[in-house]
Amino acid sequence: MYTQALDIPQQGADKGPKAVENPAYQAEFDAKIDAGGYIEAKDWMPEAYRKTLVRQISQHAHSEIVGMLPEGNWITRAPTLKRKAILLAKVQDEGGHGLYLYAAAETLGVSRDELLDALHTGKAKYSSIFNYPTLTWADIGVIGWLVDGAAIMNQIPLCKCSYGPYARAMVRICKEESFHQRQGYDLLLTMMKGTDEQREMVQDAVNRWWWPSIMMFGPHDKDSVHSGQSARWGIKRISNDDLRQKFVDATVKQAEVLGVTMPDPALQWNAERGHYDYGAIDWDEFWNVVNGHGQGNVDRLAARVKAWEDGAWVRDAALEHERKRAAREDQAA
Amino acid sequence: MERKEWPLWEVFVRSRNGLDHKHCGSVHAPDAKLALQVARDVYTRRQEGVSIWVVQADHIVASDPDAKPELFDPAEDKIYRHPTFYQLPDEVNHM
Repeated sequence: MYTQALDIPQQGADKGPKAVENPAYQAEFDAKIDAGGYIEAKDWMPEAYRKTLVRQISQHAHSEIVGMLPEGNWITRAPTLKRKAILLAKVQDEGGHGLYLYAAAETLGVSRDELLDALHTGKAKYSSIFNYPTLTWADIGVIGWLVDGAAIMNQIPLCKCSYGPYARAMVRICKEESFHQRQGYDLLLTMMKGTDEQREMVQDAVNRWWWPSIMMFGPHDKDSVHSGQSARWGIKRISNDDLRQKFVDATVKQAEVLGVTMPDPALQWNAERGHYDYGAIDWDEFWNVVNGHGQGNVDRLAARVKAWEDGAWVRDAALEHERKRAAREDQAA
Repeated sequence: MERKEWPLWEVFVRSRNGLDHKHCGSVHAPDAKLALQVARDVYTRRQEGVSIWVVQADHIVASDPDAKPELFDPAEDKIYRHPTFYQLPDEVNHM
């Protein structure tokens, strides 16, 4: 999902299980997890649990922040004032989600500067999906419907994740995501009631976004490196393949109502399984994009770094302004 | 790496009059005025609040998680502090 890169083995990661750092604390931690309880910021936790969470939460936060770029691309070109106001609100939400998540990651003892530095230097990953270009206005609708729809599938179980600050951030995010998906579908419904050219535009966007959307759930369970440990820790509650299947099953009907088809001839109902079957996923494309060679990776990161660097003087001036004010106050006292 | 990030503030929001301010997250801001502004933008985009408190995170004094037993266990065996400890005759048990 927004944290697919967790499936890339970490450089220098230790092989095999590590020695338990503190057996008594470890037992208490395990008992809490087994009882479905929450771990809070200042509680003792195994170092590997902390590291996994920092990676996962920060990848998630980076995805929200970079996720503003493909949609921000269309704010000035929204077809009506109403759609512009909606898109602005949605992009502002993505920024907000990034901020909730950075704050949750910081409770694990990593600074905001370190997190941003990891994104800007390319050390940290973000979701593959945001490296695809938004070519037409229909892409904005399809992102809401499919990309945010896939995100919701993945994020609902995270509301019960074992790390309290992450779980609470996810509750807040999930409340807001539903608006994102519904406004996207509504946008597409409106286009489908328009001209043939508009309907073709919607179908073209669906053709381009369908496969990247179902890739968002990450590798198949058998190829997912960290899933087992994350499930044990109560960080990951439902497997990649189960979530992907849930998403496919939910989406087929929505496509019918909209009047579009998915670009997958193998997509059909399997009465025996009680699910839709779907075709083979192009994992070469997926890993290519995750590892930085998608259509948009270079531009996205460059835009993000430029925004950060161009804003540096504002951040510095604000700090200096407060330093001077505090100094004046000290002098007066 | 040079650390130039804005200080961290904890944000508390009263969702409506009659309720307590409740911790809802944190923001980075250079001063109190901007901390309120940022908290408003980040945490109340959908009328989630009628009042916001912000406090610099390093001004909060928290209890030590390792001190949980000595702080909170002593209350465990004082069940007489709860009304249900007292068995009264049925006729008056709604007291």
